[in-house]
Amino acid sequence: MVVRNEPRKGGRIVIVSLFGKKQRTAGEIVAAARDSQKITGTELISELFPDFMEMHGDRLNDDDPSIIGGLAHFAGQAVTVLVIDKGLSAKDRIAKHFGSPAPAAYRKSLRLIKQAEKFNRPVLAFVNTAGAYPAASAEEQGQGEAIARNLLEIAGVRVPILTIIYGEGGSGGALALACGDQVWMTENSMYSVLSPEGFASILWKDASKAAEAAEVMQLTPEALLKANVIEGIIPEPSAHKRFCRNLAQVIQPELEKLTQLPAEELLAQRHARFRKF
Amino acid sequence: MQLFDELKTLGQKHIKANKQAQQNLPSGVWLACPKCQQSVYHKDLGRYFTCPNCDYGFRIASRDRVEWLTDSFTEMDQDIETADPLDFPDYGKKIAAAKRKTDLNDSILTGVAKIGSQEFCLGIMDPNFIMGSMGTVTGEKVTRLFEYATEHQQAVVLFTASGGARMQEGIFSLMQMSKVSSAVKAHSQAGLFYLSVITDPTTGGVTASFAMQGDIILSEPHALIGFAGKRVIEQTMHQKIPENLQDADNILQHGFIDAIVKRPDEKATIEWLLEMNQGKAGELSS
Ligand SMILES: [Zn+2]
Repeated sequence: MVVRNEPRKGGRIVIVSLFGKKQRTAGEIVAAARDSQKITGTELISELFPDFMEMHGDRLNDDDPSIIGGLAHFAGQAVTVLVIDKGLSAKDRIAKHFGSPAPAAYRKSLRLIKQAEKFNRPVLAFVNTAGAYPAASAEEQGQGEAIARNLLEIAGVRVPILTIIYGEGGSGGALALACGDQVWMTENSMYSVLSPEGFASILWKDASKAAEAAEVMQLTPEALLKANVIEGIIPEPSAHKRFCRNLAQVIQPELEKLTQLPAEELLAQRHARFRKF
Repeated sequence: MQLFDELKTLGQKHIKANKQAQQNLPSGVWLACPKCQQSVYHKDLGRYFTCPNCDYGFRIASRDRVEWLTDSFTEMDQDIETADPLDFPDYGKKIAAAKRKTDLNDSILTGVAKIGSQEFCLGIMDPNFIMGSMGTVTGEKVTRLFEYATEHQQAVVLFTASGGARMQEGIFSLMQMSKVSSAVKAHSQAGLFYLSVITDPTTGGVTASFAMQGDIILSEPHALIGFAGKRVIEQTMHQKIPENLQDADNILQHGFIDAIVKRPDEKATIEWLLEMNQGKAGELSS
């Protein structure tokens, strides 16, 4: 792995690792972000953590498996883990609605984040979703309210929250777990207000212009790093083990920095992170 | 079940017939209520522009609402301009046209308002400004409104109306959801009251942020309230969704809003709620 750490304003770090690779189009990055060979959430958990116990339920009346939540150790420290997972088997993928969380999943995630705050555990969130589940049932269960509550409450949570987008970062459904202290993207990932297809069909009444839309939307990791939306880019080799080693190499020092901050300063930085837009 | 299905199709035929009828009507004189499908003589909509049959509040300009809602209003932040962060083709022209149409700098009007003796911060989204979509200026104005209110120890009342994120501003539009939420949180932590009033239609990123973050959430009758668009749900899920799925009545029944208030009652209701919610934790209001 070619990694060069470059100090930037505000002490943040960028990993520049993509030299020697040919420039890809935004359309190609979208395809790579959606690739079926992409690591799954469950595999990511078993590679990154020596121990993990899944915790279920929103404590209202539901449990949605599209977000896996639980407790684990990371570099010797207790952490809360949240992973949006698209699933592997057909049955699994259907149960997880292909990685589109229903309101219960966001409510479970907030419950676990609040619990992390109570026991002073940092939160690691991994995002790969085309967007929040767009179903009639999700509407009636208050999809908008569930996301809104995450955004509101997470703004005040007194433990570090670090997010990695490792595939699709689809709109509010991704933001609900990417509104903490740092957001990193893997090389083959995207983050956008809407899918390029949706964007093209709304603005140009033509979903087939998705590739063009992808170019305009600035959804690639490089464009988002330049726009200060994310903290950095993590190289993503096709071998999942190596990829997870890269993730750990970024998470460990960043988490260490964040956990050293007094809560007031952490919250002030989190606020400033979004205030600038 | 069969009867139920027939009733549904009947309802849809009725809607189609009415849409046709609407097109044949001389414009500006007769309107079809988009919610109950009744034809309404425009003068019968009255001062509040509501359907005499079902109380639906037709979409109105922010500046018109200020007129009947407040006793005084001082506008703020009317000069902020979008930086067009995606350098999006023809966006400048679109903004210019929307500005002319609404006499606003973006999709929300903000300022300090008075109803009776109650002074508070007021924001009113305008569905006529690029469908009330949330751009960077919208988010900045809402954020500044909450910041001003926090600094001056005032309540915030927000009328929402939005087609969702402003596509032409891409990810920067999405970031507004978090920026605003952070300001709402600070306002709430200062013990101050936030009242959100949802008007037709409120969807997408606005529903998934400040519309649903009020201490109290009201809605106008038959406002459409949702996260995902109806077309998106139907196309992704291949599922025909019931007409009333995102109607305020159904949202009330599912527990996501406190009450539905008719437009003519809004002024008195807001004044009363502002008075009811000015106490601070730990103090017994006298
Ligand atoms: Zn009506």
